[in-house]
Amino acid sequence: MSSAELVAGILWLALTAYAVLAGADFGGGVWDLFASGPRANQQRGAVAEAMGPVWEANHVWLIFMITGLFTAFPVTFGVLGLALYLPFTMAMVGIVLRGASFAFRAHGSDAVGPLSPWGVVFGVASIVTPFFLGAAAAAVASGSIHAPGGQLASGFLAGWTTPLAVVTGLFALSMCAYLAATYLMVENEDRPALLADFRRRAIAAALTSGVLAMLSLAISFSEGPRLLQSLTGRGLPLFALALLNGPLALWAVWRSRPRIARVAVAGQVVLVLWAWAVGQWPYLVPPDLTISATAAPPGTLSAMLIVITIGGLILIPSLWLLFRVFKARNPQPAVER
Amino acid sequence: MDNTTLARATMGTSLGFHIVFAVLGVGLPLLMSTAEGLALWRHDEAWMALARRWSRAFGILFAVGAVSGTVLSFELGLLWPRFMAFSGAIFGLPFSAEGFAFFIEAIFLGLYLYGWDRLSPVKHWLTSIPIALSGAASSVFVVMANAWMNTPAGFRLGPDGQLAQVDPVAAALNPSTATEDPHMLVSAYVVTGFLVAAVYAAGLLRGRNDIFHRRGLASGMAMAAIAIVLAGITGDSSARFIYGAQPAKFAALEGIYQTQRGAPLHIGGIPVDAQHRVLFAIEIPKALSFLAAFDPNAEVRGLDSFPAADRPNPVLVHLSFDGMVGLGLLLGLLAAAFWLIAIRRRSLPMRRALLLGLVAAGPASVAAMESGWFVTEFGRQPWIVYGIMRTSEAATTAPALGLTFAIFIAIYAGLAITTGRLLLMLAARNRGAAAGQGNLPEAGRIS
Repeated sequence: MSSAELVAGILWLALTAYAVLAGADFGGGVWDLFASGPRANQQRGAVAEAMGPVWEANHVWLIFMITGLFTAFPVTFGVLGLALYLPFTMAMVGIVLRGASFAFRAHGSDAVGPLSPWGVVFGVASIVTPFFLGAAAAAVASGSIHAPGGQLASGFLAGWTTPLAVVTGLFALSMCAYLAATYLMVENEDRPALLADFRRRAIAAALTSGVLAMLSLAISFSEGPRLLQSLTGRGLPLFALALLNGPLALWAVWRSRPRIARVAVAGQVVLVLWAWAVGQWPYLVPPDLTISATAAPPGTLSAMLIVITIGGLILIPSLWLLFRVFKARNPQPAVER
Repeated sequence: MDNTTLARATMGTSLGFHIVFAVLGVGLPLLMSTAEGLALWRHDEAWMALARRWSRAFGILFAVGAVSGTVLSFELGLLWPRFMAFSGAIFGLPFSAEGFAFFIEAIFLGLYLYGWDRLSPVKHWLTSIPIALSGAASSVFVVMANAWMNTPAGFRLGPDGQLAQVDPVAAALNPSTATEDPHMLVSAYVVTGFLVAAVYAAGLLRGRNDIFHRRGLASGMAMAAIAIVLAGITGDSSARFIYGAQPAKFAALEGIYQTQRGAPLHIGGIPVDAQHRVLFAIEIPKALSFLAAFDPNAEVRGLDSFPAADRPNPVLVHLSFDGMVGLGLLLGLLAAAFWLIAIRRRSLPMRRALLLGLVAAGPASVAAMESGWFVTEFGRQPWIVYGIMRTSEAATTAPALGLTFAIFIAIYAGLAITTGRLLLMLAARNRGAAAGQGNLPEAGRIS
C-alpha cells in the first residue's frame, strides 16, 4: 500500500467516524424538531443530555477530514471546492447555525428555550447539513464531477441537483435520524417511556431509510450507472453485507434490543460508506481524479503520517476518556460536592 | 464587485469574526485553570465560583469559535480553490496538527463543562490543563500557515511549474514563523486579559464591588499586563523581520515612497500615492532607519521601487499599523498605571477615570489585534503567497459569491448579538445567585 493510499484510507476512517458520531448529533436535532406527544420536553432533554459533552469533539472529525484532504490531495480539494461550492456552502451554514444554536440553548437555556427562534434554528440546521453533504456525496459517487488534468470541466451544478442527489441527501438525513434514535434508545434504557418513544422513531427512520436506499438504487440504474457499478463491482461483498445487516438492525430495534441495534445501525453506515469507497477505488473523485495522481509529494505524505501517528497517540486515549465518563453503561456516580 | 474582491471580503469578515472567539479560546482556559487551581489549593470558594462562571461563558464562546473556525477551513477551498490546490501540500501540515489540537481542546472542554459532578475536584481541574495547552498550540499551528504565506519556504518547483519537492517541516518553520507566531500567541492573552478586565471594571463602575469583581479585574489585568509587554517585544521583532523579508509591506506600513538612507518615522498621517509622500504625519528624522536596523543611516526601500502592480495599499496598511502600535502603547500605559497604583496602595485602584479607561481597553485591545491582522493581510497584497501567487489568480470562479457574503454577514451579526445577550444574561444570573447567598465581603468604595 502506498503512503497516498494509506492517507486516503485514514481520511475515509475520519469520514466514517464523522458520519457515525456527528451524524447522530444531527439526527438528534431532527428529533428535537419533531419532538411530540406528552413527553416532548423529555425527548428534547434526552437529546441535549446525549449531545452536550461530545458534539464538539464529534464535529472535529470533519475539520480533520478537510485539513487532511487539502494537505494530502490538494488538487482534489480544489476541484471539490469549485464543483460543490453551493452545497458545501449550504452545509456550512447549517453547521454554523446548528452548533451555535445548540450552545446557546445548552448554556443560556433561561433565555433561549427550545421554542425560541434559536431553538427552532437548531432543528432546521440539523436537517440542512446532512442533506447537502449527502447530495454532495452523490455528486462524487455518481461520477458527475469531471476534472480532466485537475481542471473542473463540469460546472457548478453537476451531480448534486439530480433526483439521485436529492434522494441520497434525504437518505443521509434519514440515516442520521436512525442513528440518533437508536443511540437514544441505549441512553434511555432505564426510562421505559422514552425508550418506547425513541424505538418508534427508530422504526420510522429505519423504514424511511430502507425505502430511500432502494429508491436511490433504482434511480442509479438509469442516472448514476457508476455508483451501481461501484457497489456491484469491487464493493459487492460490503454492499451484500449491508443488505443483510439492514434487516438485522430493524429486527433489533423492533425487539427493543438497543445495544444490538446501536451496533447494527452504526455498522450499516460503516458498510455503506466503505462499499462506496472500495467500489470506486482507486478514484477519489471518479472519473478523473485518482488517489495516486492527485496525491501530494511524498515528503508531505510521510510528514503527515508522522503527525497523524503522534496526534493519534494523544487523541485516542482522550476520546476513550470522554466516552468512558459520559457514555459508559454505569457512569461514574456523581461526586459529592 | 468581482470574485476576488468578494472572496477577500468574505474571508476577511470570517477571519475578523472568528479571531475574537479564537483568542478567548486561547486565553480564557488559562484564567479558568488558574482560578480553579487556586480554589483547590487554598480551599477558596470564591475562586471556584469564578471558575464556574467563566466556564459557563466559555461554553458559548468556544462553540461560536469552533463553528466559525469550521467556516474558515471550508472557505479555504470554497473561496481559494487554486491557492489550495497549489499550497495545500506545502503548508497543510500545521493545519493537520491544529486539527489534533482542536480535537484535544474540544474533548477536554466536554469533560470540563459537563464533568463538574462526574469527576473528583482534582481530576476536574486537571482536565482544564489540556484545554489551555491545546488552545495555545492551535494558535501556534494556524499562524505557521499564515507565516508561510508571508515567507513561503520548503518547496521546489519543477521546470513545468509544478511542485517537484516538498519539505513541509521547513514550510511550517518558515522564516516568518519565529516572529509572527509568538506575536499572535501573546496578543491572544492581551485581548483576553483586557476583555475580562473590561467586564469587571464595568461592574465595579456600577457599584458591584464584591470579591468576584475585584478578583476578576485583577486576574484580567495580571494576564494583560504580562502579555502586553511581550506583545511589544514580539511586535518590534516582527516589524524588524518584515524590514528584511517583505520590503514592500514594510514600506507600506511606514509610508515610505522613496528608497532612502536615514528614513524618518511617520506617526499617523495619510499616505498619498499621487504625491509620493505622507501628509499630516509627525515626522521623526532617521528614527525609522534606527528602529529597523539599529543604524540611523540604514537604507529603507521605498514603495516607488516596486512595480505598481506589486504594491500593497499604503493607506490601509500604514493606518492599521499606526492604529495597532498606538493602541498597544496606550494599553501598555494603562496596565502600567493600574499596577503601579495597586502596588503603591496595596489595593486595587478604584478611580472612576481608570475604570472607565479599562472598560474602553477591552474593545481597544480587539481593535489593536484586528489592526494587526489588517497589517499582515493588506500588507501582503497583491500576493496570496508572497512573490509566488497573486490573490487574483487564487480566487474561485463560482457564482453567487455576493449572496453567500450577504448570508454570512447576517449570520455573524445574529451570532454576535445573541452571544452578547446571553453573556449579559449569565452575568445577571450570577449576580442573582450571589445576592441570594448573602454575606458577601464588605463592599469597598469607588472614588
